[in-house]
Amino acid sequence: MDVLYSSRPLWAVLVSMIAAFLILATGERNRNLRESWTILAALAKFLIVFSMIPVILQGKVIEYTIVTFYPGLLLQFRIDAFGMLFGVIASSLWIATSFYSIGYVRGLNEHAQTRYFFAFAMCLSSTIGIAFSANLLTFLVFYEILTIATYPLVIHKESKEGIIGGRKYLVYTLTAGCVLLFAIAMIYHMTGTLDFKAGGFLEGSGSSSVLIMLFAMLIFGFGVKAGLMPMHEWLPTAMVAPTPVSALLHAVAVVKAGVFGCLRVILYVFGPTLLHDLGIWLIMAYIASFTVVVAGFLALGQDHLKRRLAFSTINNLALIVVGAVLLTKSSMTGGIIHMANHAFMKITLFFCAGALHVKMHKDYVSQLDGIGRQMPLTMGAFALAAIGLSGIPPMSGFISKWFLCLGALEANQIIFLFVFLTSAMLDVAFFFPIIYNSFFKKPMDDVATHFDEAPMLMVIPLVITALFTIIFGIVPDAFFRFFSITSLAVQNIMGVG
Amino acid sequence: MAEQFAALVIVVPLIASLFVPLIGWWKKELCYPWVVAVLVVPLISSLGVLNTVMTTGKFSYRLGGWAPPWGIEYMLDHLSAFVLVIVSFISLIVAIYAKKSVEDELPEKTVPFYTLFLLLVTGLLGIVITGDVFNLFVFLEISALSCYALIAIGEEGAPIAAFNYIIIGTIGACFYLLGVGYLYIATGSLNMADLANILPDLYHSKVILIAFAFFTVGVAVKAGLFPLHVWLPDAYCTAPSAVSALIAPLMTKVAAYVMIRVMFTVFQPHFSVDIVPVFAILGWLAVFAIFFGGIKALAQTDLKRMLVYIVVAEVGYIVIGVSVANRMGLTGAVLHIMNDAVMMACLFLVVGAIFYKTGTRDIHQLRYLNKKMPFTMAAFTITALSMVGIPPACGFFSKWYLILGSIEAGQWVWAATLLCSSLINAVLFFRVIECAYFKPMEPAYAHDGGTHEEIQRDEAPLTMLVPIVIMAAGVILLGLFSGNIISSVIQFAVPASF
Repeated sequence: MDVLYSSRPLWAVLVSMIAAFLILATGERNRNLRESWTILAALAKFLIVFSMIPVILQGKVIEYTIVTFYPGLLLQFRIDAFGMLFGVIASSLWIATSFYSIGYVRGLNEHAQTRYFFAFAMCLSSTIGIAFSANLLTFLVFYEILTIATYPLVIHKESKEGIIGGRKYLVYTLTAGCVLLFAIAMIYHMTGTLDFKAGGFLEGSGSSSVLIMLFAMLIFGFGVKAGLMPMHEWLPTAMVAPTPVSALLHAVAVVKAGVFGCLRVILYVFGPTLLHDLGIWLIMAYIASFTVVVAGFLALGQDHLKRRLAFSTINNLALIVVGAVLLTKSSMTGGIIHMANHAFMKITLFFCAGALHVKMHKDYVSQLDGIGRQMPLTMGAFALAAIGLSGIPPMSGFISKWFLCLGALEANQIIFLFVFLTSAMLDVAFFFPIIYNSFFKKPMDDVATHFDEAPMLMVIPLVITALFTIIFGIVPDAFFRFFSITSLAVQNIMGVG
Repeated sequence: MAEQFAALVIVVPLIASLFVPLIGWWKKELCYPWVVAVLVVPLISSLGVLNTVMTTGKFSYRLGGWAPPWGIEYMLDHLSAFVLVIVSFISLIVAIYAKKSVEDELPEKTVPFYTLFLLLVTGLLGIVITGDVFNLFVFLEISALSCYALIAIGEEGAPIAAFNYIIIGTIGACFYLLGVGYLYIATGSLNMADLANILPDLYHSKVILIAFAFFTVGVAVKAGLFPLHVWLPDAYCTAPSAVSALIAPLMTKVAAYVMIRVMFTVFQPHFSVDIVPVFAILGWLAVFAIFFGGIKALAQTDLKRMLVYIVVAEVGYIVIGVSVANRMGLTGAVLHIMNDAVMMACLFLVVGAIFYKTGTRDIHQLRYLNKKMPFTMAAFTITALSMVGIPPACGFFSKWYLILGSIEAGQWVWAATLLCSSLINAVLFFRVIECAYFKPMEPAYAHDGGTHEEIQRDEAPLTMLVPIVIMAAGVILLGLFSGNIISSVIQFAVPASF
């Protein structure tokens, strides 16, 4: 494989880190200047990432070594197709979230805004770092930074609830970090290398019981952030964070980093052949399927809108894992492209929840009767994204569901076809009442019957992300070339052909 | 030139310390600049020594021109030069910091403080540089005696703590001296290099075994290794801030250095590993030290006392690294000597600054401290994250090598202990961070951005702040450059047979 040596990956990571410190230095004194750092960094980051897509699509990888600690132990970026996909998702959605965040914190006149934007920029740096990391050590470094950078955002409200949510978050993620550290140290001890390799690099490096234990540890470590059951408990609790945080981090960056980690482990550390030989792929698929179904049922019972979305997130993340671990070409394609599709849909839903909170101070599903008349744009976007998540064409969710179902058939595991279909039904069951109530029920007393939307800084981003979910449904390869990137990644993993 | 450097490291602070009372008698305020100026010399010299060692390899310096094994020899290899730089750097930083803190806490006793401070630094540097086991004892006593006195001038309860320390510290020193005596009886030599040549033939002699046992116990007392740590918490906690900031990072680390010296230079690694099961014992003691220190720290509400128990736990880290007795583990141990010294220095400096400004060390009274002292708290947070083992701060890397070493040695429990210790540290430090940054606001203030009571910035004076910020920057930089440090220094400091 051709390697292009370039410092662009480094800059993609650094640009928001530099912005973070500029934000800190500017502070409350000049809010507009502070916010412009965020916007500038978001745009710059996106452009840097975007400019690398053509190179990746030519089948090259981009590599940059930051520092070498020990033979085989280095901080290094290497962008392959899979990393590129995650990088594009995170950096493109950061732009939308930046505008939305500004509308949100100003709309609510939030406290500690400097800290908020600082931590947000740091999170994005580490997310891109995760996406571009070439080996498990680099991954771990950015993964831990992400954990810490997210903490101030989770407990942003500084209420009792927030502090407890933050503690829970730390307990889960730091424990996971320790387990990861041990597993990675083991791998280094066994193989002397930590580099990701399409198709895995662990084959033949240890007895099967050791490998199974390592797999369990790694999946535990990354699964915590991905909200795999039973390690999901922190995610609904962390919903006390401001909505843009929930939107970008708890639907896109943080949890996706977890899923991204799981997929890296499954496809790039162990690899399909080894997982088949060890026979654990099926067990893993069952565990993740359990999460899919149970999270779907739990979502049904939530009245708090953001908690409902949180369980839907858990459900969708597990879908991605199931797709990857079925280890067929279509299922992988479905799982990987669902990372992108789910990101756009879920961020739209969270944006809508935030708009409702800012405009109407409504947080519960039961309060939404007739709100579609007052806020048609918001609820329209919500409806589009919700339909998409349920896997109904022509929305982008259909594409991923289609490939996932094909994958279940290819793997000769009919039962997972039912898992996917059940999940789609559950999606319908917990989203459609919201759509129905908001558009067709008689408005509640505090709802205006005329057009009265949330601030435009919030509405425009959510309309745009909602439009993308349609566009990606009709032309999956539009703009960001998600589909080509995904197929390339799958091709790399499966070997040529 | 390098030879002169080696002599200057010890001679300058030793002689300069004798001038401090004279200068203080003439003009009290001149003591501070004198001490700072003097401490620059050992730093430059040890950097010179390190540079020479890195370019031309190890060398020795004969004190007074007397040839070993009769004369005293200074032994300068990668390990001693490395630790020398750490000791001289941190003592310079603490000296810069000491000014305000000492004026505040010990207004009457600045002159004796600076005198003893220099003596203590001399002792620590001497322990590291010397290549003679008896001379090491002498320096051990110089540092210990000045340390007793420095602790005793601290706050209420300090004299008793210092007295405890005197008793136990003296017992430790006696054990060490007995070890030296036994070795001398058996070999007729006190020079480390000489001993290393003579000893292999005598490895099965009972005298040597007993000498080794004496050494081990004596050093373990000095290092505060569980269960011989009982003197440590009170002594370190009641000492004046500036003193704690010097001894907490350095005393135990220097003792750990002596442990590595005795076990891997005076005795050959294969003796310490194969003939006596010392590492099995020490390793498990270290496990207890880590858990004991961590759990005791959890029970504290006094920030400084919490840190003191963490010191007890951190000693365990280094001992585990030594005990796994392989290249990775020992790399981790030597790296951790540096990292822990920097982290502990930073934390104790911060605590001193907080105490100087607010007069309290109670964790629950730190509310809004991030607004009052943003830079100090930022430094604290960075170091705390490093203690938890968040990359790319330096604490992560020593932990990484220690865990790799434990895995290589097949010591799963030790590896698990190191991991658990990270989690305990996380609880410890996030408790403090939570109190300082995010203590729940009054409901009335929760949502009206910025209108609540205006909290004035009230940062520590520059002589305190600059050292703190330097150390915090060091925590990050040492992490990022740990690869360079290992490849250019530490890999040569580890015995070649590993």
